[in-house]
Amino acid sequence: MSRSNGEPVISIEDLEVHFEKKDGFLGKSQTVYAVDGLDLDIYENDVLVLVGESGCGKTTLGKTAIGLQEPTGGSVKYRGQDIWDAKEGNGDVDIPYDEIRRSLQIIHQDPGSALNPNRTVMANLSEPLKKWEPDLDLNDRRERIISLLERVGMTPPQDYASRYAHQLSGGEKQRVVLVRALLMNPDLILADEAVSALDVSLRIEMMDLMLELQDLIDTSYLFISHDLSNARYISEKADGRVGIMYLGELVEVGSPERVLFDTKHPYSKVLRWATPDLKSDPDVSSVPPVRRIDIPDAVNPPSGCRFHTRCPEAREVCAQEPPRLLETDDGDRRVACFRAEPDHEYWDSDPIEDESLEVGGAGDDDQATADD
Amino acid sequence: MTVSETQFEHEPEQEIILEVENVSVEFDMERGTSRVLDTVSLDVRRGETIGVVGESGSGKSMFASAMLDAVVDPGILSGDLTYYPNEGEPVDVLNLSDEELRRLRWEEISLVFQGAMSSFNPVIKVEDHFVETLEDHGYDVDEGLERAHQLLADLYLDPNRVLDSYPHELSGGMKQRALIALGLLLEPNVLVMDEPTAALDLLMQRSIISLLEDIKEKYDLTLVFITHDLPLVGELCDRLAVMYSFQFVESGPTAEIIDHAKHPYTRALLNATPNMQMPLETMRPIEGASPDPVNVPPGCSYHPRCELADDLCEAQDPARELIGDDHDVACHHWEESADAIPFDRGESR
Repeated sequence: MSRSNGEPVISIEDLEVHFEKKDGFLGKSQTVYAVDGLDLDIYENDVLVLVGESGCGKTTLGKTAIGLQEPTGGSVKYRGQDIWDAKEGNGDVDIPYDEIRRSLQIIHQDPGSALNPNRTVMANLSEPLKKWEPDLDLNDRRERIISLLERVGMTPPQDYASRYAHQLSGGEKQRVVLVRALLMNPDLILADEAVSALDVSLRIEMMDLMLELQDLIDTSYLFISHDLSNARYISEKADGRVGIMYLGELVEVGSPERVLFDTKHPYSKVLRWATPDLKSDPDVSSVPPVRRIDIPDAVNPPSGCRFHTRCPEAREVCAQEPPRLLETDDGDRRVACFRAEPDHEYWDSDPIEDESLEVGGAGDDDQATADD
Repeated sequence: MTVSETQFEHEPEQEIILEVENVSVEFDMERGTSRVLDTVSLDVRRGETIGVVGESGSGKSMFASAMLDAVVDPGILSGDLTYYPNEGEPVDVLNLSDEELRRLRWEEISLVFQGAMSSFNPVIKVEDHFVETLEDHGYDVDEGLERAHQLLADLYLDPNRVLDSYPHELSGGMKQRALIALGLLLEPNVLVMDEPTAALDLLMQRSIISLLEDIKEKYDLTLVFITHDLPLVGELCDRLAVMYSFQFVESGPTAEIIDHAKHPYTRALLNATPNMQMPLETMRPIEGASPDPVNVPPGCSYHPRCELADDLCEAQDPARELIGDDHDVACHHWEESADAIPFDRGESR
């Protein structure tokens, strides 16, 4: 696939998404730094998998990338057109907002809630077509829906088209939701935990199906997952990229070969540790390679490198200065860690004391994190 | 039908703590009788960690409830459940009074369900959950709270802060750990956990798994871990028992199951599980879907999805047979499964 070929479909620059969160009834409002200072491009026929713990901002980033969440800073552009300028009619709008909206689709993590339970599959799928392609008559609409249902393996399609959501299995619901996104001929589909809710034996089938359809309709995918094994499967198979997020920031992004198997960032290494192998490796420690197992609150992200409060490699400088996302391995990866910079003052800095794994909930920064 | 465990010759030196024998659960439904647990047998051995692995709808959660005679109405539980306490006479669990059962459930066998989010009452503090449990069972509250502090600290939680919090003030991972501490409060001998980590992030899941290993040693526990996630429990469990369609299809020592599984379903499931080692092209889904409990295929219930299935499989449900050291399987063609469904784990990288 054409990674980084041509103009990006979506271009994200210095993105900030901050939320105001009211603490209690009369409490003062706090700022949640969901996404902070993030740059990212998504190309034609691209596959990017975002991985991170809940509350890391991956869902917020995904929704912002497809124009469902307004950024509080920076920009999100669709083929060079700022999405929110298009929506609000600011300046010269080259691409109408409606077209952008149609080109950027989403598959939710809970396919059941994304379908109207009182309407048949056919009625559920007709709705968006009526809205976006009013020229199609009833027969054209039905034909297009039936052929796509068949294409995703729901046969006989007429039978499935007349069913209601409760008459479908989890995997079948997910396929209907996928068909609904595909009907729009999108340029980018955000798939938010679309696979991890499925039974283990069905996951590969669903991922294979999504990639097959990519060839058919030329779309890009932005997958969001907390599961490194799924991320590996889809990114390797599609020759795509994996991005690791931590507390609103991208800490490592690149090919699966680099990010998953030649891991540089200590946080990516933690996720790699947390991913069980079929065969247990006696060399792998049973103690988590972090100084605390609970994630800090995005309301009050740590100074410097946000991972420094948990990082086993943290030194004094990490608490003071945020590392930049720098290109390594001939552009095959970007990583935000001083350890990737051989000449950085990090190497002369003193290690942060408290080496051993600390009790969670010891400080204010261990409060419940915002729901992802 | 599954044969009862008594036909297997298990290592005699391993004492049994909980014996499940020919247990079934049925629900009467409009569409017919739904048998959501079909004559299952499993011996849980004192001090072991056993993983019960199955996909959604395989009956694994029903098995967890059945182990404690906690099947919800109108489900009908039949069979035999025997608990062997550290001292004293065996307990016939299905013939206990409500009061005896209530005591057994917290003080001997404790159950931690999936979804810590709904297990705590949202309007009372975590500490009050602990106090209430102690009072209900007539335990000394001060002594019990001391134990609570210790348990929470063992689970890498700050005891004072957690006890003084309302459930919503804790993250999912903290809540789930607090729930495990609550389950261990009355010093049970067996801890049954039904997907205790499924809703959590990978790092938290894996961290809880490693904490459980330490806790098990420290408090001399027997652990029953029920999950859909085979690789996750691989390191924790001594033995695995695999469920498909409301029955056990295979059980054995963990390494034996992972490397030399003999049931075609277990082998296919291992090949279908996305992981970091296997070459991509050897990972493949299992065609078809798990059966509906009202409409289980005759013979071996896996036969419609099995590439080894023949007339025999359609006609006759295979019994579990002991095929190796502590390894049993319910398949007519287990000897051919390794060739038909090969494993290719690839190079470790």
